[in-house]
Amino acid sequence: MLGRLRDVYQHDFIEYAAGYSMLIGALLLIGYLTYKKKWKWLWKEYITSLDPKKIGMMYLAVAMLSLVKGLVDALMMRAQQALSVGESHGYLTSDHFQQLFTAHGTTMIFFVGMGIIFALMNLIVPLQIGARDVAFPFLNAVSFYLYAVGAGLMVLSLVIGEFSAAGWVCYPPLSGLAYNPGVGVDYWIWSVQIAGIGSLLSGLNFFVTIVKMRCPGMTLMKMPIFIWSILGTLVLILFAFPILTATIGMLTLDRYLDMHFFTPDFGGNPMMYINLIWAWGHPEVYILVLPAFGVFSEIVAVFSQKRLFGYVSMVWALAAITFLSFIVWLHHFFTMGASANVNAFFGVMTMLIAVPTGVKLFNWLFTMHRGRILFTTPMLWFLGFVFIFVIGGMTGVLMSAAPADYQIHNSLFLIAHFHSTIIGGVVFAFFCGLTYWFPKIFGYKLNERLGRYAFWCWMLGFLLAFMPLYFLGLMGATRRLDHYDVTTGWQPLFIVAAAGVVLISIGVFFQVLQMIVSYRQRKENLDTTGDPWNGRTLEWSLPSPPPEYNFASIPQVHGIDAFWSMKHEKVEHKRHYEDILMPKNTPLAVLIGGFSFLMGFCLVWHIMWLAGLSLAGVIICMVIRLSEKNTEHLISAKEVQRLT
Amino acid sequence: MRGVHEKHLEETYSKTVFGFWTYLMTDCILFGTLFATYLVLHNNTFGGPSAPELFSMPFALTETLILLTSSFTCTLSKLAAYRGDKNKVIGWFAVTFLLGLAFIAMELNEFSHLVHEGNSWRRSGFLTGFFTLVATHGLHISTGLLWMIILIIPVCRHGLTPVSLKRLTCLRMFWHFLDIVWIFIFTIVYLMGSL
Repeated sequence: MLGRLRDVYQHDFIEYAAGYSMLIGALLLIGYLTYKKKWKWLWKEYITSLDPKKIGMMYLAVAMLSLVKGLVDALMMRAQQALSVGESHGYLTSDHFQQLFTAHGTTMIFFVGMGIIFALMNLIVPLQIGARDVAFPFLNAVSFYLYAVGAGLMVLSLVIGEFSAAGWVCYPPLSGLAYNPGVGVDYWIWSVQIAGIGSLLSGLNFFVTIVKMRCPGMTLMKMPIFIWSILGTLVLILFAFPILTATIGMLTLDRYLDMHFFTPDFGGNPMMYINLIWAWGHPEVYILVLPAFGVFSEIVAVFSQKRLFGYVSMVWALAAITFLSFIVWLHHFFTMGASANVNAFFGVMTMLIAVPTGVKLFNWLFTMHRGRILFTTPMLWFLGFVFIFVIGGMTGVLMSAAPADYQIHNSLFLIAHFHSTIIGGVVFAFFCGLTYWFPKIFGYKLNERLGRYAFWCWMLGFLLAFMPLYFLGLMGATRRLDHYDVTTGWQPLFIVAAAGVVLISIGVFFQVLQMIVSYRQRKENLDTTGDPWNGRTLEWSLPSPPPEYNFASIPQVHGIDAFWSMKHEKVEHKRHYEDILMPKNTPLAVLIGGFSFLMGFCLVWHIMWLAGLSLAGVIICMVIRLSEKNTEHLISAKEVQRLT
Repeated sequence: MRGVHEKHLEETYSKTVFGFWTYLMTDCILFGTLFATYLVLHNNTFGGPSAPELFSMPFALTETLILLTSSFTCTLSKLAAYRGDKNKVIGWFAVTFLLGLAFIAMELNEFSHLVHEGNSWRRSGFLTGFFTLVATHGLHISTGLLWMIILIIPVCRHGLTPVSLKRLTCLRMFWHFLDIVWIFIFTIVYLMGSL
């Protein structure tokens, strides 16, 4: 009846503390909402809303909470490594340490990285292409809830049961039933699978949105460069995520039905998993970083007060990266022992990616050249990105030489490399974009001074935390190390790295403070014009925050930087108002999310009858949605005119 | 001037059909992954039976013909839909449904035979790959059958509305797509397996 849920799981003190602090946090939040009588508001304005702007804000909330959780994981790991040397074994058990690094990676990629990408897509894409909505608003809400369900399942594993200890890409045979019979890997499987399906659906939705819903005149080569970067990402999502779904599906079958895809005996092939997961995994890193490139391309032009240098070459660079990212996956495991020719092919392809990326970097620098640069916080994040990303990129090219990779494979050098690209690229771009678009989304600017403090903490913290890892890696320190010998002499460097993470945490503290202070001073920093930065793209032509229907009348576009030319050509546009249909709120999306959560939980604990019922619940919700009529409400032309 | 509702319907139709195409392409990659895995594993019989010992060509050919016929009847429903002939649409979908059901029944029959002879998915990497690939296709077909029921009931009750026509178009695309996938399964699993 209750599956495996009857088994009692023993936690140690630290695991209890983590679990209960989550519980107490959730209870405090619930108490606060009840006290402020905010439930109805939350339900009407956000939970049941199909407005991509609202859904984007919810993505933001989940992604930022996940970021804090992932950061706490990182702090705990580095603290352990600073302490656990020689006689001392630190404060974490080996098993808990393994769960921590698995949870850290899974959180940061699936729930922070993907979360912020989809947040930006929801918030910005319709505004930049002159559309009122996304192609499938209901599907968009469902995708969000599937993503949130994944994050929720992972957090739940802190309280009920345990999380996977098999690393964030969950390699078999370690993640197989024979070596990992507990529920940890199952938690990983279902949280990633459900969130992954959400990402796939969302990718499809935005792909159709960009292809089909651009405003008149916006041909492909007149799209804002951010939209191009998103389009590249979407193509990658459409190609890569089905592979993830299938691969995790096969791992699931191995674990649940005793199949032999990846088992070491019965003719299974564990290396097949590793090939497949990286056939998804390598495009995934470009899924994360292409939008980051897009964000930087936007803000460099705006804050240099010039048009972007080399638009066409930017587009082709994006396309080249999109293509190349599918033929380099093997560089994640050169040590598999493929023949020298195979390794050479993948090595050369990997090196090639540096070319279009270099093109982009030079284009950004040339955009700045002879521009009137405004050193606002977004610009600081951009410059920090250039410095760190170039280091990350060059170490990447270094590792793409297979012989060198044999030496530093799975060492801390690799960890330092990909954190340079992902923190320097994706995370910095997120903060950059958030500061830039914050007034558009919320209607007031963020506090600049606290933003600068946060930037410098992140920047210096990053250098302290990851530069030592390059050296440690070259000295032979492998990743995922929870204990090492005194004679290695590594401890001072590990202590520096831990201090770096503390500095980053102070940066996050400043960011939280920045949010609070900016909210309290919002009256002084209101964005009344809708165009606080002298922007170039269509979103700045709208009031901040934009109305539900975004555009009262759909704009006509004649070139790149559409809003810039509208401002400067001073052509009087005769506004034509029309009736607008917008989707009504619906509780069905969140219901589908709820049933999926229950289904994931039941599958983890082998409560199959309830999992089946939850699946039926999902299907019934979909059928109800299909049979609903009048899912839109009409805003009449008169009403639109009155509101503008 | 066209009303806002008509314009909305038209836009939704084009977005939905394009979106569904895109979905089918992602599904294609999912099958591609399973095909790749099957091809990697298909010699790993671990001492168990290999493909020529297990599969019967006439049986697989019958399955194929049934499925191809169902695709044909499915297209006939499209012609009926163009003429606005509600009863024929329902009729041809009913035929398609029965053919699909027959296909699933044959497949389940084959599976149960294999399992009874001790050649289940637990036996070897090859059989794991075979069962997963073929059953994933079967699961899609079953979903298609369920979907037919869900879509045909409103057609019976309210006739051929623009919304139901749009959904039937997607369903037909889905059905043809599964046919194409099956042709690959027939070629790679059964035909090449019998060599």
